[in-house]
Amino acid sequence: MRRNRPIVSILFWTVSSLITLLPIYWMFIVSAKSRVQLFGSPSFLLTSFFTENYINTLRDPAFQRYMINSIVIATSNAVLVTTLALFATYALSRYKLGGKENVFFWTITNRMAPPAVFLLPLFLLYTQVFVLNDAKLFDTRIGLILLYCVFNLPFAIWTLRSVIDGIPKELDEAAYVDGATTWQVLTKVVLPLAKPGLAVTGILTWVFAWNEYLFAATLTSVHARTVTTGLAEFVTVTGTNWGQMAATAMLTLVPALLVLGLVQRHIVAGLTFGAVKE
Amino acid sequence: MRSSTVGWLFLAPTLVILFIFGVLPFLYVLVIGFTQWNSFAADPTMQYNGVENFRRLMFDDQFLYSLWLTLKFGFFAVASQILLGYLLAQLFMRDFPGKGFFRTVHTLPLVIAPIAVGATWRLLLVPGLGPVPYYLNQWFGYELNISRYIDQAFVATVVMDIWHWTPLVTLTLLAALASLPKEPFEQAQIDGANRFQIFWHVTLPLLKPAILATVFIRLMDALRTVDEVWMLTGGGPGAATRYIGLHIWRVVFPKTDYGYGAAMSLITLYLTIVMCWLLYAGLVARRDLKRAE
Repeated sequence: MRRNRPIVSILFWTVSSLITLLPIYWMFIVSAKSRVQLFGSPSFLLTSFFTENYINTLRDPAFQRYMINSIVIATSNAVLVTTLALFATYALSRYKLGGKENVFFWTITNRMAPPAVFLLPLFLLYTQVFVLNDAKLFDTRIGLILLYCVFNLPFAIWTLRSVIDGIPKELDEAAYVDGATTWQVLTKVVLPLAKPGLAVTGILTWVFAWNEYLFAATLTSVHARTVTTGLAEFVTVTGTNWGQMAATAMLTLVPALLVLGLVQRHIVAGLTFGAVKE
Repeated sequence: MRSSTVGWLFLAPTLVILFIFGVLPFLYVLVIGFTQWNSFAADPTMQYNGVENFRRLMFDDQFLYSLWLTLKFGFFAVASQILLGYLLAQLFMRDFPGKGFFRTVHTLPLVIAPIAVGATWRLLLVPGLGPVPYYLNQWFGYELNISRYIDQAFVATVVMDIWHWTPLVTLTLLAALASLPKEPFEQAQIDGANRFQIFWHVTLPLLKPAILATVFIRLMDALRTVDEVWMLTGGGPGAATRYIGLHIWRVVFPKTDYGYGAAMSLITLYLTIVMCWLLYAGLVARRDLKRAE
C-alpha cells in the first residue's frame, strides 16, 4: 500500500525491544554480580560472571525441593489437563449431548472468577472439609495439581475445541465401519492428528501451572511449596540479598523462556483463547 | 452421532473436577459470607448472622479504598494497554526485516511468572540498586522512591502491568487485524476516505468484538492482580497499592475473619461481573442505537 522504510521500522522495533528486554537484562546483570560489585552507580556492563549467586541457590535444599515440586506439579497438571481436555472436546465435538454448548460455556466461566474469591473457601475446604482421617489436601502436590485444573481445563478445552472439530468426522466413521471401538478411534485416529494441538496446549498449560503463585502460597506450607512461592519467600526472609534474589528469579523464568522458543508460532492462537479467530 | 452415554462418560472427569474445585468453593463461600466465623473470636464456631457482614463492608473505609484503588489501577492499566497494543499490532501488520524475531521479543513478558515480573521490577526500581531511580536523579534531578511516595508506587505498578500485559493485547489485536476482510478497506479507499476516516468508520467497527474481548480478559485479570504488586511494593507504601486481591489475602487471612472475608470475596466477584456486564451492555447498546438511526 505505502512505501516501506525498513530502516525506520527496524530502528523503532530495536528501541522497543530494548525497552522490553531491559528489566530482564538488568535482572541478569544483578544475578551475575557480587554484593560489592552492586555497590555504587548501576552499570549495565558485565566484566566478570559471579557464579556464587546461582550456586548458592541451586545448592539450597529448600530451593531444590521447591524446584522438584514445581516440576512434578506442572508436569502432572499438564498431562492430566491435556488428557481430560482431549476426552472432553472429543465428547463435545462428536456426540449429541443435550445442552452441550451450555456445558462448554460453563467450563469457560470457571476461568473468569478472580482467584482471590476462591482463596478463602479453598483454604477452608483443604484444611477442614476435604479431610480423610489425617490426610488433608492442604500442603500436598495432588491438591495443587487438581486445583490448577480449574483454570487450565477451560483454557485447554477452549483451544482444543477447534483442533478436534477440524479433524474430519468421516475418518471416525470409516474406522467404525472397519470395526474399531470408540477407544481405538480416539487413540488411533483422533490422537495422532491432534498431536500438534495437544502439544501446544500441554506446553502452555505447563507454563500456567509453573507460574502460579497465589494458590500455591495459600494452600501449601512446607512440603508442596513451589518455586514461585520460594521466590516470594526469599524477598521477605532475606531482604536485600539482591544478587541471589535475581538468580532465583532467573531460574524461575528460564523454563518459560524455553517454552516461548518452542511454541512461539502457536502462542497467538493459544493465548487468545481462539476467541478472535473464527 | 453416537450414543450420548459414552459422550457424557468422556466429559465426566472434567465436570467432576470443575464441580469439586470450582463450583463447590463458590457455594461454600456463598454460605460462609452470611455467617460470623472467626477462629480467634470468643465463639470460634460458624454462626449465621444474615447480611451483617455486607452491612459492615459498606462502611469499611479500608475495603472501599482498596476497591477504588483497584478500579483506578484497572482503568489506567487496561486503557494504556489497549492503546499501545493496538499501535504495536498495527505496526506488526507491515512487513519489515526481522519481524519474527521482534515479535518473539515482544511476546517474552507474557510467559514470565507474575511473581518473577514483580521481582524484576523491584530490582529495576528499588532505591540504591535500581538504575531507573539512579539515572532519573543523575540526569533530571528527579527523586524516584516507590517505597516512599504514594503516587510513584501507584504509577510503578501500572507501568509494570503495561510491560507485562501489553504483549497479550498486541497478539490478540494482531490476530484480529490479520483476519479482517480486505474489501471494506479497498472500498473505503476508492471512496476517497482519509486514514483517520478509515480507522474510525472501518477498522474500529470491524475490530470491536476483538477489542471488547481483549478488554474483558485484561480487565478481569487486572482486577485480580496480586502477585506482581505484592512482590514490587508489598501493597505499600501504607495501603497505596493494596489492591483488592491483596487486601483480601493480606488483611483478611491473617485475621482469620472467615465470614467477613467471604462476604468481601462475594462483593468483589459480584462487582467484577456487574462491571463487565455493564461495559458490554453499554457498548452493544450504543452500536444498536447507531444502527437504528
